[in-house]
Amino acid sequence: MSNMITIGIGDLKVCRAPDVLVTYALGSCVGICLLDSVVKVGGLSHIMLPDSKASMSGSQTPMKFADSAIPILIRQMEMLGASRSRMKAKIAGGATMFTTTSEKFNIGSRNVEAVKRVLMENRIPIMAEDTGLDYGRTQLFYPESGIMEIRAAAKGTKLF
Amino acid sequence: MLKNYDDLSPTAIDFLKEIGNIGSGNAASALSQMLGKTIKMRVPDVGVLDYQSVIDEMGGPEKVTTGILVLTHGDLEGMIMFLLDDSFAQVVLSTFLGKLDVNVLQIKDDQTDFSAVVEMGNIMAGSYLKALASLTGMVIDMDVPAMTVDMMGAIMNAPMIEFSEVGDKVLFINDGFEIDNVHIKSNIIMIPTVESLNLLMKKLGVSDE
Repeated sequence: MSNMITIGIGDLKVCRAPDVLVTYALGSCVGICLLDSVVKVGGLSHIMLPDSKASMSGSQTPMKFADSAIPILIRQMEMLGASRSRMKAKIAGGATMFTTTSEKFNIGSRNVEAVKRVLMENRIPIMAEDTGLDYGRTQLFYPESGIMEIRAAAKGTKLF
Repeated sequence: MLKNYDDLSPTAIDFLKEIGNIGSGNAASALSQMLGKTIKMRVPDVGVLDYQSVIDEMGGPEKVTTGILVLTHGDLEGMIMFLLDDSFAQVVLSTFLGKLDVNVLQIKDDQTDFSAVVEMGNIMAGSYLKALASLTGMVIDMDVPAMTVDMMGAIMNAPMIEFSEVGDKVLFINDGFEIDNVHIKSNIIMIPTVESLNLLMKKLGVSDE
């Protein structure tokens, strides 16, 4: 029996196969799936913003930010027996939902950049990504197979 | 000084509710005039809600919704957003362009359809803000609206992230209406910056100690 574990906005969860991780309707947020395929331990983090140091409340809500959430995700997976040196990543989200004259709403691409930088600092390779553009994505991650499934309203389902 | 919506007193919330009530009534009657159709409106529910409740109210994170985002400037810096179900775009496009059986997910791909829906949002937002301005004596400007049709949760990322310093609550107006016996689920959310929220309270004569 596998359980479906839902990750809310600005949250993260880890699990062992055959459990499945899901996060709904990523817009400019980014979902980061990590997997150690040897022990089949997976994790998913749903971040909202790039940098906790740029926010006044950053230290209170570390799981909202790419720079502070990813290290927590790695640590929680290590506690389930995963090894950082074996971890691989798949990422999705970081869309620009609204095209406005304001610079503000380009946060999606800055989120993706931050996620890639933090993964690189931790020497975790990115095996697949479905990021950017202008639409929302629901992300499912199956640690059993390592497959990331993306559902979009107008584009159907894709496997990565 | 208020720091965010959590600090609002019950009296202040009542004032905001009344403004939301009048503003959404104006938006609906502008829609009625433009479409040349009678609109049956019900008394809106107005409240201060957290984002998750707004998403649940519209049918959950994956529910496909039309989101029309309007940035405001002047005395009221912030945004208002209209959240409408499929029937809204269908009524607008059948009335203006004679199009039936519209797939709302394809509106973004058709320049004419897109413009018609954005323009309707423009008129509704304009009349909402005009009511707000005349009630408060504030000078309010607005940008041209931005629009998308997508999953509700993804649409809500925009206000959640850009206005996260105002907290996780918004002024939420649920003002469903009926056109030609079709019920249209409509919600308006309003998020001013912290400075503008304080100015708004001052203009309304609501003390917040």
